[in-house]
Amino acid sequence: MSDQHEHGHGHPGHPEGQPHRLYGVPFEVVETAMRELLEARGLVSEAEVTAAVAEQERRRPENGARFIARFWSDPAFAERARRDFKAAAAELGFDLTIAPNLQVLENTDRVHHVTVCTLCSCSPQALIGPPPAWYKGTTYRKRVVRDPRGALATWGTHIPDSTELRVVDTTTETRYLVIPQRPAGTEGWSEERLARLVTMDSMFGVEPARDPATVSG
Amino acid sequence: MSESTRLPIYRPGTRVRIRAEAHPGHHRTPLYLKGQRGVVVRHLITDRNPETLAYGQDGLPRVPIYQVRFVQAELWPGYRGPRHDVLDADILEHWLERAD
Repeated sequence: MSDQHEHGHGHPGHPEGQPHRLYGVPFEVVETAMRELLEARGLVSEAEVTAAVAEQERRRPENGARFIARFWSDPAFAERARRDFKAAAAELGFDLTIAPNLQVLENTDRVHHVTVCTLCSCSPQALIGPPPAWYKGTTYRKRVVRDPRGALATWGTHIPDSTELRVVDTTTETRYLVIPQRPAGTEGWSEERLARLVTMDSMFGVEPARDPATVSG
Repeated sequence: MSESTRLPIYRPGTRVRIRAEAHPGHHRTPLYLKGQRGVVVRHLITDRNPETLAYGQDGLPRVPIYQVRFVQAELWPGYRGPRHDVLDADILEHWLERAD
């Protein structure tokens, strides 16, 4: 495998065009060496590594979008999700048996939730996937607890003063999925179409769901 | 259930203070909340203690974990936002003490 930097976007953390490195060694070399040692000693099998990679690849924001579309569409499902998140997710085929405790946070005109993990980057990964760089970064984590309205403004999100802004710091054991408000004008939409309104960032509460006018039928 | 478990002692609405203690090693109580006053919203779950789990122990006895609510204007002098803005955090029972 090449150690060249193949993904062409300029994300921060290392110079463009350089491979990811650990103590000067390309990550792929470190990973291969570690995996072969673990396999040679019988601590981890190739099948287990393959299964773990497949499991990680199933953790995608499309899962959370499906969950939210069902939550919007089916009040009985929403009630079950409030009481027992994992059982409700299982109805959609998501096995969250080994996941941490999970809760929904419903955004309304009265209260707007935004999540953060000031201690690390805890998030509902089974439904959102690995957290984005901004969620893990200290800029967001420091600012959103003490100036949440200012932090949300950097997304162009302006919460009226009449709405209670509730920052939820995911400090221990429970993970929270923000349910953005269902946009007006989406009555009668299918769940598949509604799911396209749900962005990854809206599931953290930093932005609303998409404008319906931007989603085709 | 054979594993030891503590029953939650704080009721919703109880005014609490987060213990202002240093803690050597892994813990899940952020510095900015230590010494602050809040109100118990509810008992969330009772789970293994991450402070001992982090060191390869079994995390028992399980510890009640509460959702605790803080008023932003009390947490941050000069807070830029209305008085009804709040912050919720999940706190292990042994980090709480009664306020008032």
